[in-house]
Amino acid sequence: MSEFFQTFLNPGVMAESSGLLLRGLWVTVQACLIVIPGGLFFGAGLALAQTLAPAWGARSLSWGVDLIRAFPPLVLLVLIVHGLPFLRIEPPPLLGVGIALTINTSTYYGEILRAGILSIEPTQWEAARSTGLGTAATLRHVILPQGVRNVLPDLAGNTLEAVKLTSLASVVALPDLLRMARVAQGVHFNPSPLILAAVLYLALLWPLVRLIRRMGGRAVLPA
Amino acid sequence: MRIFFDPEVLAAAWPGIRSGIGVTLGLALTSIAAGVALGLLLATVRALIRGAPLRPVGGLIAAYADVFRAMPPLVLLVVLYFAAPFAGIELSGFMAAFVALGLVLGASAEEIFWAGITSVNRGQWEAALSTGLSRGEAFRRVVLPQAVRLTIPPLTNRAIATGKNTALASVVAVPEVLNQAASVQAQTASPAPLLLAAGVYVALFLPLVRIGRWLETRFHIR
Repeated sequence: MSEFFQTFLNPGVMAESSGLLLRGLWVTVQACLIVIPGGLFFGAGLALAQTLAPAWGARSLSWGVDLIRAFPPLVLLVLIVHGLPFLRIEPPPLLGVGIALTINTSTYYGEILRAGILSIEPTQWEAARSTGLGTAATLRHVILPQGVRNVLPDLAGNTLEAVKLTSLASVVALPDLLRMARVAQGVHFNPSPLILAAVLYLALLWPLVRLIRRMGGRAVLPA
Repeated sequence: MRIFFDPEVLAAAWPGIRSGIGVTLGLALTSIAAGVALGLLLATVRALIRGAPLRPVGGLIAAYADVFRAMPPLVLLVVLYFAAPFAGIELSGFMAAFVALGLVLGASAEEIFWAGITSVNRGQWEAALSTGLSRGEAFRRVVLPQAVRLTIPPLTNRAIATGKNTALASVVAVPEVLNQAASVQAQTASPAPLLLAAGVYVALFLPLVRIGRWLETRFHIR
């Protein structure tokens, strides 16, 4: 048993690699701070565009969304981070990762927000318009506040997915938590940093999972 | 623009990518089958256990679902592939990916089946038991068929997500589509193989994503 601890939970190795891991955690947090607000922003744009566009416009948007979803997120990430330089566009690594993951996650936020908008009865629209509110004011004051509340568990669920998604950044050499754990593992030839990183992800995300459960959310997120 | 669709590079990349499609499909189908089976098994156990000594089992199953919902699949895969050997567990890249994807899907599937089972009215249980069916029979013949109908759209979506996540296996050197494309890309310093791989993924998954969307509207969940 003590051998097991020395291998997988080695206190010395963990202490020595904690600096690296913390730096990695900070990069992961930065990636989240790009991807989550970015995804919400563009997702909201998508949802509004699909709500307000004529039928053919909404249909083409839904095909566009599905086209993006057909890419595994890692493929989209590798394509953008390794493909853009061939177009002579070389964003800093964090931004490249941010762009790719924002594109992916905004399609999910978009669909969730659209479902929220659709969950509001048409009579609400009619009542709001009959009081003299315009389309924008109706959306802002009547539809969105109710619609967003209806899909809060799903929004939280997708935020969980977005945070998990940032671990992909390690594949394109962004020094995030997972990447730093691999580096530390290589330096010490000991898996303790990996275990520590996994525990950190759990510590970060377990409370969110519990919160989603309390909100009544489930794993019904689209693919 | 030519560099993105260099015919020579594409021709060189195609055989590897074609064999990668087989690996991608093989990994996807086995992990989906294992994950759904695991989820159904756990949800069934959770629904059927009764009595004090077994009580904690339900809590353990719920905890498993929570942990593997909180864990990024890539982190799990990396731990299985790079840390497990230190415990004398040597998994091939394919096996590590199969186990990781299966465990992650198993957690979602358990949650989806459990939600379906608990959404069936208690009266259905009582009516079934009152006709003389045993608990197991009532579950299998009355409750589960009604529950499964609700689970089809979310389960389809999680299965598609698992299929897409097979691309993660490229990280542990499984020669699936992305891995094959990346290795030709490294040799030729051309983005063409990646674009070809992207095209393959779209051809594989766009129809499935459309079907998933259709199922969601058809069964009118939400």
